[in-house]
Amino acid sequence: MDVNTDLAMWSNQLIISAMVVYAVAMIFYAFDLFGGRELKQSEAGATSAAKPSNVRRTNRKATTALLDPPQTDVSAEISAGTGKEKPRRGARIGTSLLVLAALLHVAAVLTRALSVMRVPWGNMMEYVLTATVITVIVFLIVNVKKDIRYLGTIVAGGVLLCLGLAITVFYTPAAKLIPALDSYWIAIHVPIAILSTSLLYISAILAVFQILKNSQETKDPKWLRFMRRMPASIDLERFSYTIAAVGFITWTFTLIAGAIWAEVAWSRYWGWDSKEIWTFVVWVIYAAYLHARATRGWGPTKVAVLNLIGIATVIFNFTVVNMYFNGLHSYSGLG
Amino acid sequence: MAKKTADKKADNSKQVGSHKSGVTQPQLGFIGMCRWAWRQLTTMRVALILLLVLALAAIPGSLLPQRIQDPGRVTTFLDANGAWGQFLDTIQMFDVYSSIWFSAIYLLLMISLIGCVIPRSAQHWKAMRSAPPKAPRRLGRMPGYEAFTSATGSAESREAADQDFLDTAQARLKKLGYRTVRHDDHVAAERGYLRETGNLVFHIALLVATLTMAIGSLFGYEGQRILVEGETFTNSLVAYDSFEPGSYYDANNLPDFRLKLDSFESTFDDQAPGSQFGQPRTFDAKVTATADGKSEKHTLRVNEPVRVGGTGVYLTGNGYAPEVTVKDAKGQAVQSGPQVFIPDGGDPGYTSEGVIKVPDAAGTQMGFVGVFLPTATQNENGELVSSFAELRNPYLVMSGYTGDLGLDDGTPQSVYTIDAENMTEMTDATGNPLLIQLAEGETQKLPDGGSVTFDGVKRYIAVDISQDPTQGLMLVSAIAVLLGLGLSLFIPRRRMWVRIKDGKAEVAALARGEDQLVERAAKDLAKDLAEEPDEDSDQRK
Ligand code: HEM
Repeated sequence: MDVNTDLAMWSNQLIISAMVVYAVAMIFYAFDLFGGRELKQSEAGATSAAKPSNVRRTNRKATTALLDPPQTDVSAEISAGTGKEKPRRGARIGTSLLVLAALLHVAAVLTRALSVMRVPWGNMMEYVLTATVITVIVFLIVNVKKDIRYLGTIVAGGVLLCLGLAITVFYTPAAKLIPALDSYWIAIHVPIAILSTSLLYISAILAVFQILKNSQETKDPKWLRFMRRMPASIDLERFSYTIAAVGFITWTFTLIAGAIWAEVAWSRYWGWDSKEIWTFVVWVIYAAYLHARATRGWGPTKVAVLNLIGIATVIFNFTVVNMYFNGLHSYSGLG
Repeated sequence: MAKKTADKKADNSKQVGSHKSGVTQPQLGFIGMCRWAWRQLTTMRVALILLLVLALAAIPGSLLPQRIQDPGRVTTFLDANGAWGQFLDTIQMFDVYSSIWFSAIYLLLMISLIGCVIPRSAQHWKAMRSAPPKAPRRLGRMPGYEAFTSATGSAESREAADQDFLDTAQARLKKLGYRTVRHDDHVAAERGYLRETGNLVFHIALLVATLTMAIGSLFGYEGQRILVEGETFTNSLVAYDSFEPGSYYDANNLPDFRLKLDSFESTFDDQAPGSQFGQPRTFDAKVTATADGKSEKHTLRVNEPVRVGGTGVYLTGNGYAPEVTVKDAKGQAVQSGPQVFIPDGGDPGYTSEGVIKVPDAAGTQMGFVGVFLPTATQNENGELVSSFAELRNPYLVMSGYTGDLGLDDGTPQSVYTIDAENMTEMTDATGNPLLIQLAEGETQKLPDGGSVTFDGVKRYIAVDISQDPTQGLMLVSAIAVLLGLGLSLFIPRRRMWVRIKDGKAEVAALARGEDQLVERAAKDLAKDLAEEPDEDSDQRK
């Protein structure tokens, strides 16, 4: 039915090409992350401008990121004035490749959409395809404001893994929408859901790094040496929080838009369908996460664990609920 | 570092006042106990635990079948699981969202929320009307801090220059949206009251939304009806196949309207490969709605309900209704017209099951149980299956029964099944069970001399008809939730002070709550106020 199979085939080819580039980007990023050379303060400064609001000024030095071990503190201060130090070549190449991969990836999404002349969110494969490209774009945009290239390995790796699943387990041939999805609400509800997933994912990786960094700061085990170059865990925590907060708002929007769509499609805005249940669970967990930050007795590590539980429910909601649970949201396209 | 974080948390909870965690000793006596319980309930920590418990408690409803969705699956589950199923039923695991325990959790949360919002609203009300506090003595301790020497040397005296400087600073801060107060040697300023307003709006809107949800189900109703092409539905209790009113819904006041299904058309994908083959693409029901003496034509689609007489009519299903004529031994047509067959939900080929009840045949009652195949084909095992959902080779396969249909004994019966217990199966000449197989237009003789004719096929739709007078309020509270949240998370709340003495100027900023830009705010203002900020104060970058 009016499916341009040539374009759909092109899309598949583009996905493969993007995957190859992602793989190479991931390798370069990994060299940057685990490579022995230490980052210089000038590079780090950009990543750690933030600091806790009511820490005394006299303590400032202790709370700003120290990408170098303490003994190099002084030299770092000095070099801060002289501007750019040794560039992180691995990270730079990684980012350039990531941009290239993202371009191929965007082309893959566009050709897929054009092949069926509709929004590319009709089934799980398309959902993954879009979610991954949005994740990369969010990552690149955030990088303009704040250097988070240290996340590159995980971002590229995660995208690679997801695309691998998309063209195998989730693979769905290009086709028109089923009537249940054929509504303008798909263009409102789904992209924001995808954006939320991407934001919450990036926030979760930051939370992982925060936990590792915290362990490095306190115990400094050998296997965490590479974490010495990260911004301070307290900075990672704040950044993770900021992104999660944006993700929480977009998720709230997703939930509300979903309820409005549900009223249009199923005659009630809320009916505890399994997808609705899990969307609610995700929402409540992130609400708890936001509360935990302001609750006494909840240290940053514990709060980060809540963040990770949050992303686990997001992933569960997308995979297990879509594929194995009975419900009205049976749109995986996996037949 | 950990200590610093703790500091910050402590400070945070001080700011929000009502969340002191209750370390106080519980007083003796009932009142004391109540007061203690209340204080506990309204702590942030308890709210947090309740939230986590709420998330956990919501999960079983997705793992076990729920009565609100599919009572049939609950029955099946209970039949299959014996005592274990009974136990789960006792603890309301099939009615999770109306269970005592689930309700208890969210009610506690609501109470906690109320206990939290009221004192905070009072506090915020006061804060909104009070002036920004005076500068503390040592501004250097503030998280954002810049010191520099003012370069405005042109004024006659030092004193006047300082005052000029403060004038400029105050104007500047006002322009940036701060509320300002001028003191002798400094300007105090505060901004971001909307942050707390947003937080309160958010929490209150949550309360309203939850209440609305509870109330909506009391004052509305929902009903289902199957409508065959050509049929007209008149909104009244008897016209519904099933009807679930809320406790306070007055079913005598059903809005007056009629709905006729003129035609129904669907298309299915016969070109896509793999799992996409045979998927539905369009469902279009042409209907005529009549209310207040006016008739209007609509196309009812899955995502396009028809709103009439204050209700919504939603397309929730569709299927085939084979038209069958049954004649008894005397050649009298005792049954004719469309019979609704229910498609097997999982089958893209719309293989549908149904029955035909013939209570008025001469002699004994008759019943037929069968399967309808829109596009009949033989699969590799030689079985008849439907390979496509459209009518490409419609075929009807049935068995016949004679005897008592059990319609008269008063027990309610589904119109889609036949209880064959008191009936005998019809047999063919050889004594084997009779198999009735009909393509469209064909007729088959029955052993007793009657006949069955497959005349044609009509489409039918299943619609939900529902009314929920609280939907508007729900939408409003949802929007308030979103707006409140946006303000609460992204409006920075900040105090600033600008002090000057003998040309030595200080700018300090203090964040209240999350604020990444507090240092920047001080720096930017300092830069604005001094052409040349002091070297020392700018050493870190
Ligand atoms: C229905 C249950 C609740 C939900 C879903 C909920 C949700 C939220 C969310 C999402 C936030 C983040 C917004 C922000 O940081 O400003 C928040 C903040 C807050 N909530 Fe709740 N809340 C609930 C109940 C409560 C209760 C019972 C209390 C009081 C004990 C409370 C006190 C607070 C406070 C003080 C904040 C501000 C925290 C901060 O400054 O970071 N909430 N709430």
